[in-house]
Amino acid sequence: MKRSERGPWPYLFLTPAIVLFTLFLAVPIGYTVYLAMLRTRVSGLGLGRGARREVFVGFDNFAAALADTELWSGWLRVLGYGALVLVVMLGLALLFALLLDSARVRLARFSRIAIFLPYAVPGVAATLLWGFLYLPSLSPIRDVLNVDFLDATTVTYSMANVAVWGGVGFNMLVLYTTLRAIPRDLYEAARLDGASEFQIAVRVKIPILTPAIVLTTVFSIIATIQVFTEPTTLRPLTNTISSTWSPLMKVYRDAFVTGDLYSAAATSIVIAAISLVLSFGFLRVVRNHAFREG
Amino acid sequence: MMTATTVTTSHRRTRAGRPIGVVPTALLLIGAVYCLFPVCWVLIAATKSPGELFSTATLSFGTGFLDNVAELFAYRDGVFWLWAGNTLIYAGGGALLSTAVSAVSGYALAKYRFPGRDAIFTLLIGGVLVPAVVLAIPQYLLFSKIGLADSHWAVLLPQILHPYSIYLARIYAAAAIPDSLLEAGRIDGAGEWRLMSRVAMPLMVPGMVTIFLFQFVAIWNNFLLPFIMLGDDGKFPLTVGLYTLLVSGANQPALYNLILTGAFLSIVPLIALFLTMQRYWKTDLSSGAVK
Repeated sequence: MKRSERGPWPYLFLTPAIVLFTLFLAVPIGYTVYLAMLRTRVSGLGLGRGARREVFVGFDNFAAALADTELWSGWLRVLGYGALVLVVMLGLALLFALLLDSARVRLARFSRIAIFLPYAVPGVAATLLWGFLYLPSLSPIRDVLNVDFLDATTVTYSMANVAVWGGVGFNMLVLYTTLRAIPRDLYEAARLDGASEFQIAVRVKIPILTPAIVLTTVFSIIATIQVFTEPTTLRPLTNTISSTWSPLMKVYRDAFVTGDLYSAAATSIVIAAISLVLSFGFLRVVRNHAFREG
Repeated sequence: MMTATTVTTSHRRTRAGRPIGVVPTALLLIGAVYCLFPVCWVLIAATKSPGELFSTATLSFGTGFLDNVAELFAYRDGVFWLWAGNTLIYAGGGALLSTAVSAVSGYALAKYRFPGRDAIFTLLIGGVLVPAVVLAIPQYLLFSKIGLADSHWAVLLPQILHPYSIYLARIYAAAAIPDSLLEAGRIDGAGEWRLMSRVAMPLMVPGMVTIFLFQFVAIWNNFLLPFIMLGDDGKFPLTVGLYTLLVSGANQPALYNLILTGAFLSIVPLIALFLTMQRYWKTDLSSGAVK
């Protein structure tokens, strides 16, 4: 590309973004990698100046993070929780988007606004609302269903419910907006060919929606791997959630409670790597299967 | 305008020509009830006095709403007001700055050809893939090194750069600002700064409203960053404030009505904003979703 005809202007316009990127993204990432390769060595009794010093240990912290059984149980819990959230939330979002787009429903505007409404409720407040709804002394649903929402097995489902509640509307809106952008003639043509509404949804709409579904899935994968707010907020209401329930909660505990920054840095890089691998892996699988014709 | 009308009428005709689907409508309404239920419940719970909370039927209104609000506002010398003010500073200020940076960057990337454009864009967008968790700890450490850790800046500054907003702004600028208009301005002798501020930015306003709203909600909802950065509860946003209220009150049913009233009051402004700005939520959502 030849030099800009407009002199330095485009660069000047981009300066704030580049400065912010450097200060709050590039430098912190570099610093995390650096921290992750250090460790405190204590000599003697660990008393006095120079008794504690930082030493370079290379990949030892990563190896420790990968071998940490507490962390592995966290991964497993989040895997179960994430699978549940992804399938139910995106399934419902797709169902609602298709229903809204079909010409045969009434009260569509009301339903759309109502289902999108939880998007306006912060995760902390959402968890608080549901948390109180789960509490035996207050819950109107607990009396009806006679379930303990906060015991060791149900708590994962209860937490997934909060995430589904908060996320279904946003994903529904993304899919619905995509559907509205499709020319209506396409459906008319399909109808003339004798396709039913259901066939149109499955054969015409879902294929067109695939890129949007892929994108919402990737964003949801990244979000569920980093789940922190919901379990942290629900913790005070039950003793079935440990302080290391999710990997990110363990990072927080290591960094700010036990004060082991190096382990926290290494674990957070492992979390980042896993979410990158999962999102790219998912994209690749989808590309190979769904977009083969394209 | 013409196409819009045609689309509406043909849509209406299909609607009138077909029977109402009872099952689809019912499914959507079940979804709506599921989503509204907790919000309605907290509205009702916030009206109950501590005694009524446990004794009256869960879905009947109580009589203690004003007392609850007064008690919440008096709680620890009115710290709730501070939290609300802080939230406004973080979400309002952060979203404004973020929108300005995104709009100008998006404009530069969409409307100029210059060496390094693709590299800069890829780099900025790549930021979307970096999990917040990787950034939070070093951001905290770097802020504490320069003595800003427990300050408003520590929550405000890291949330200004938002890769997805730059992406949206670029798409919006490409579609909304005709090249011919910029060329005409240049022929008339306008400088690049003037073109950006007087010609391009006004055309980008609808797109900026969308970006502002999404950023406002995103910052308002953020819990991890202020939770890590702040120690002094006078600087907390509402989310972290509510969390501390919950931690201190989880085992004291006497505080339940305070927590529920706090939760209710903290979501009211956002729901109000959400309902009044409804139509903006759909602008360009699809262009953002379908790459």
